[in-house]
Amino acid sequence: MTDASDSVMIANQKEKVRESLRKRLRSERRFRAYGVVAISFAVLMLVFLIGTIISNGYSAFSQTWLKVDVTLEKDLIAPDGRTDPKTLRENGDFRASLIESLVAKFKSRGREEERLLMAMFSTSAEQTLQEHVIRNPNEIGGTVSIWVRASSDIDQLYKGRINRDLPQTSRTVKDIQLRWYDLMAAERRIDSRFNKGFFYSGDSREPEQAGFWGAIVGSFFTMLVTLILAFPVGVATAVYLEEFAPKNRFTDLIEVNINNLAAVPSIVFGLLGLAVFLNFFELPRSAPLVGGMVLALMTLPTIIISGRAALKAVPPSVREAALGLGASRVQVVTHHVLPLAMPGILTGTIIGMAQALGETAPLLMIGMVAFIVDIPGGPTDASTVIPVQIYLWADSPERGFVEKTSGGIMVLLIFLVTMNASAVYLRKKFERRW
Amino acid sequence: MKKTLTFATLGALAVAGGAGQAVARDQVRIVGSSTVYPFATVVAERFGKDSKFKTPVIESTGSGGGLKLFCAGLGVKTPDITNASRRIKKSEYTKCTKNGIKIAEFKVGYDGIVMANSKKSGRISLSRKDIFLALAKLVPEGNKAGGKLVANPNRTWKDVNPNLPAVAIKVLGPPPTSGTRDAFNELAMEGGCKKFPELKAIKKQNKKKYRAICRGVREDGAWVEAGENDNLIVQKLEADPNALGVFGFSFLDQNRDKVQGSVVDGVEPTFANISSQKYPVSRSLFFYVKKNHVGQIPGIQEYVQAFMNRRAIGKRGYLIDKGLIPLPTAEMKKYIDAGKSLPDLKM
Repeated sequence: MTDASDSVMIANQKEKVRESLRKRLRSERRFRAYGVVAISFAVLMLVFLIGTIISNGYSAFSQTWLKVDVTLEKDLIAPDGRTDPKTLRENGDFRASLIESLVAKFKSRGREEERLLMAMFSTSAEQTLQEHVIRNPNEIGGTVSIWVRASSDIDQLYKGRINRDLPQTSRTVKDIQLRWYDLMAAERRIDSRFNKGFFYSGDSREPEQAGFWGAIVGSFFTMLVTLILAFPVGVATAVYLEEFAPKNRFTDLIEVNINNLAAVPSIVFGLLGLAVFLNFFELPRSAPLVGGMVLALMTLPTIIISGRAALKAVPPSVREAALGLGASRVQVVTHHVLPLAMPGILTGTIIGMAQALGETAPLLMIGMVAFIVDIPGGPTDASTVIPVQIYLWADSPERGFVEKTSGGIMVLLIFLVTMNASAVYLRKKFERRW
Repeated sequence: MKKTLTFATLGALAVAGGAGQAVARDQVRIVGSSTVYPFATVVAERFGKDSKFKTPVIESTGSGGGLKLFCAGLGVKTPDITNASRRIKKSEYTKCTKNGIKIAEFKVGYDGIVMANSKKSGRISLSRKDIFLALAKLVPEGNKAGGKLVANPNRTWKDVNPNLPAVAIKVLGPPPTSGTRDAFNELAMEGGCKKFPELKAIKKQNKKKYRAICRGVREDGAWVEAGENDNLIVQKLEADPNALGVFGFSFLDQNRDKVQGSVVDGVEPTFANISSQKYPVSRSLFFYVKKNHVGQIPGIQEYVQAFMNRRAIGKRGYLIDKGLIPLPTAEMKKYIDAGKSLPDLKM
């Protein structure tokens, strides 16, 4: 071989290496680009989802109010002259005085126009009037100016969700109602306020009166029962399996079953709840107690699995040292291992509870998917939970429920984000690395 | 830690134990049809506000599911009232009476089932025969009477009827578990099927076969199961102007700016036409009361009277604003009177 051919070969070799390097760099860039594309796609979807929910739902937190002047005729409100709250509540015809004042003001003619006129005001208007009069009985005989809720249709009109330019037959608000609405707007009788009712009243079939509080209280009781049942049982199981149980076929079988349960569809737990808690133990239908028990079964595997992982992460040296100093095995666990594993267990519990909070399917079977107006007073009262309320609103025909649905989702998301964030915080704050 | 655990466990046991005792109920429990649900809930809400009784709890379980729970027996854990978007079946009635249940029947009003499409395209006029030919699993060959039954070859509406547009058949409707679907199959599909004399003749020979042919919906994608949520169907129609949707009249009423009801057999689905029963695809809505519970559970009779009241179901009642279609005057009077006396249902 000559020097010349050698140098040619080396040049070739170099060229080959350079070529392959370029190729590898290109493929690395491609790989990174795929990753960026995947993440941006996911982020885009999330932004789209949350954007839709917020743009549909932000208006659920405001409510349109209308100012009306009502002549409180003695004959209608206190025909026998007594003005104590009880008599007013029983005998006062507040609806009639409201109708008469409104008909006089807007000069509506005939029953159909009267119906259309009254349809602009929420059915809660007469209660607002009644409460006002009960507080101020001395105003009977005079004229009062009070703010009442607008009906859902007018509320939607004020929020710009009803298109005025469509022909009359294509909208829920009629021409004559638009005329009255414009008249009220000109007299500054329309106002938008924060929708407090959304946070303190129960469900209603009138969108403007529907509130979320019943569902929030229901979820609270349900989660309380779930926590009380699932947490101690889950932790005890995890501790026993990890610290005391012998490793044999039987405990392996249990472990497989627990992992399996974590993947069972939630509706199966609902069927179990129906068969065992309702039909066999005869517990009440639609009660947070039963809902909590069903969700506890669902949450148990999550708590056990995360609990065992947390216990496993505690180094054996801690146990050995405690044993070496003469602690009993129970003392080792309760004094040393469990406190060290607690942050991990709590994280798992919170994540499990967040999962349970968003669950509807198992509750369908035990009757918690129901129309319930009264705010539940305890875990055995009939109630719904937050996600069920969202589902029920999404299924209602009235247009006003669209924003309530999204508003409800926003509240649920806030709860979930708070729970998951606190799980992350707990982990960051108390986590120890060995 | 140990103490906390013990306390928590004790607490759990106390909660579970305390609820074990049967609790006397002071709240009316109602189950049943998802079609009657939007009306019954309005009555219940008003009843809760206006009376001294608690607001009844209403579950939407579907007509069949409701009657199953209702007929399961007597006692506080069974419902007091069930709503139904069809009449109680003979078999259900027998099961109920076998369990010692005395039933009173109430008809509330009518509900129209509409076919609708997006306002972005034109209004469609169909006959029930067209509906059958477009959606049935098996149709007579050549879409003509006397033809051999073949798998539905019709791809576009024009294939079904030359007067209809050449648009692919795509209908979004509720799943078989829904009462709306049952009624649609019975009234629209079977109604069209009967127009073929040879298919109608099968009814006398073999009822099962007749039902399978007349109510069998095609499974090749022209009919799309769109779920129980009618709002979702409306949204999908908006996105796809060529599709038709099947849902209850109240959803059409609330979404007039987005969708229009198709004309069926020359009749537009309007309030007046459904009320006068000119519109062919409409059904009656019922509820059934467990008479044995009246007097045991407070408020049942009062709730029935609040429902069977001109203020609710009358021509100017508040349920009419919610999309209920009222009964003819004589029939309404009969049921309003029945609300006071609760007569036994005999079948």
